[in-house]
Amino acid sequence: MDAILFLIFAAFAVACAVNLVLQKHPISSALSLVGVMGSLAVLYLLLGGEFIAMAQLIVYAGAIMVLFIFVIMLLNAGSETRAKRHLWASYAGIPMIAAMIAIAAYIVQHALPPTEEVRFGAFQHGNAYDIGEKLFKVYVLPFEVTSILVLVAILGAIVLARKEVS
Amino acid sequence: MNFLILSLIKAAVVAFVLMTTLAYLQWIERKVIAHIQLRVGPRRVGPHGLLQPLADVIKLLTKEDLLPSHVNKVFYFLAPFIAVFFALIAISVIPFGTEINVGPIHTAMQLTDLNIGVLFILGLSGMGVYGVALAGWASNNKYALLGGLRSSAQMISYELPMAMAIAAPLLMLNTLSFRHLVDAQGGYYFGFIPRWTIFQGPFPQIISFLLFGIAVFAETNRVPFDLPEAENELVAGFHTEYSSMKFASFFMAEYANMVTVSCVATLLFLGGWQPLWPAAYGSNFVPTAVFLFGAVLCFYHGFNPARSFDRITLPVAGVVFLGVAGIFLVPIVATILLPLFWFAAKVGFILFVYIWVRGTLPRFRYDQLMRFAWTFMFPVAIANLFITGLAVALS
Repeated sequence: MDAILFLIFAAFAVACAVNLVLQKHPISSALSLVGVMGSLAVLYLLLGGEFIAMAQLIVYAGAIMVLFIFVIMLLNAGSETRAKRHLWASYAGIPMIAAMIAIAAYIVQHALPPTEEVRFGAFQHGNAYDIGEKLFKVYVLPFEVTSILVLVAILGAIVLARKEVS
Repeated sequence: MNFLILSLIKAAVVAFVLMTTLAYLQWIERKVIAHIQLRVGPRRVGPHGLLQPLADVIKLLTKEDLLPSHVNKVFYFLAPFIAVFFALIAISVIPFGTEINVGPIHTAMQLTDLNIGVLFILGLSGMGVYGVALAGWASNNKYALLGGLRSSAQMISYELPMAMAIAAPLLMLNTLSFRHLVDAQGGYYFGFIPRWTIFQGPFPQIISFLLFGIAVFAETNRVPFDLPEAENELVAGFHTEYSSMKFASFFMAEYANMVTVSCVATLLFLGGWQPLWPAAYGSNFVPTAVFLFGAVLCFYHGFNPARSFDRITLPVAGVVFLGVAGIFLVPIVATILLPLFWFAAKVGFILFVYIWVRGTLPRFRYDQLMRFAWTFMFPVAIANLFITGLAVALS
């Protein structure tokens, strides 16, 4: 059951990712990205990361992508026009992508140190309680540093967005 | 296999009840608004217009489905589906009552008890924006686009105070599963004050409750925050170009969202199905008393009819009420129905407030709406969360 769901949503994620690149209109691309985020959330859920799955759904698929689409709609961005391509790009492009994926797969398979095998249902510490425990006991310093970083970013955004007062 | 059959039955029951509620919620809204405005509301179809929802459904299904020219077809068709899908699926994590234990059947009155149920609802409410935003954009209409833009901006802004208002009671109750949330609100102070979150120590969550209430009005695009479909400036906003069943989908999504957030407010703040006062003081007889009162009222008006057909319809309604009142006295059935009654009563009250507000308040201006969210709701929500956290840490 888990494996079937994994295959369905993994395939959906890949299809959305490919579609994201192929689509000409920014809104279509952005929605494909929402599809990728949503299926990633399901994959997290299958691996036992309940909290991460919901965070993925709320933050990425929900908040950030809505903002993307909002901006695209506000700017009323039109379709991209197809530029004339180099001759060798249109012939060698697909083989080179295939070669790159093959090399990456080879490196992951052989050159990197072997990792533990991932099994569905093996990981049990993905709930909100365990994440909170880790966040506020083990990783409290990185967490606080990150929040200061985010605060600086917020302040920067406010300064940039503020109307000039003459 | 047993689990599968049971789940299918539960899903069918929940879907049927939800759909009926959505249809009749609209009838109730029209009636209540009408009486607030000193009108009588729908009353042509069936007694007191009770068959009006059915007539509306038939009308919407059989109307011509117009396809405006130059729309983006894929997204134009996709948008109502997205809206209605994310609105309806949220009901699957809402518990309606305690467990049913009849003979060999042991099951919770809930489709599924996620231990991240609250986050699931938050995620879905975030995804619901796409339906509205895409509908506005794909319609190729300036009014619709403005409606869609307003809606996405509004929902992004109000999601923040809403999430913070939800976080405060969660700090106190220490769980994310709706069922455990309600269990944590059981019991009474001094034997009679319920330990609902809005009364519970160390810091009663009344402020969170109000913030959540205001924010969900904006999230569901209801008056006074119905800027996305402001009739006098935007025709009908994001669903201007939609007709027939596609228009009905948006309508259904709006009402389903209302029901969902009312359920969430009940579960988070009003103690779910925990009664208003303990059974020792006779709270178990409240439903019986309510329905008996209804029956007496029906009989009284039936025998002193204001209109000729009241002579028949009202006594029939009275007999039905008497029957329901009797059912609540049967011990085995009462254990199942009592929690349902309290849950439905609280949800119904919140839905009534929704309609009441619509009949009372005018619409905000757009800049007022945004300023209200960012300069009032947001700081208050942060302060409330901070104080709650402090109170929980100190107690």
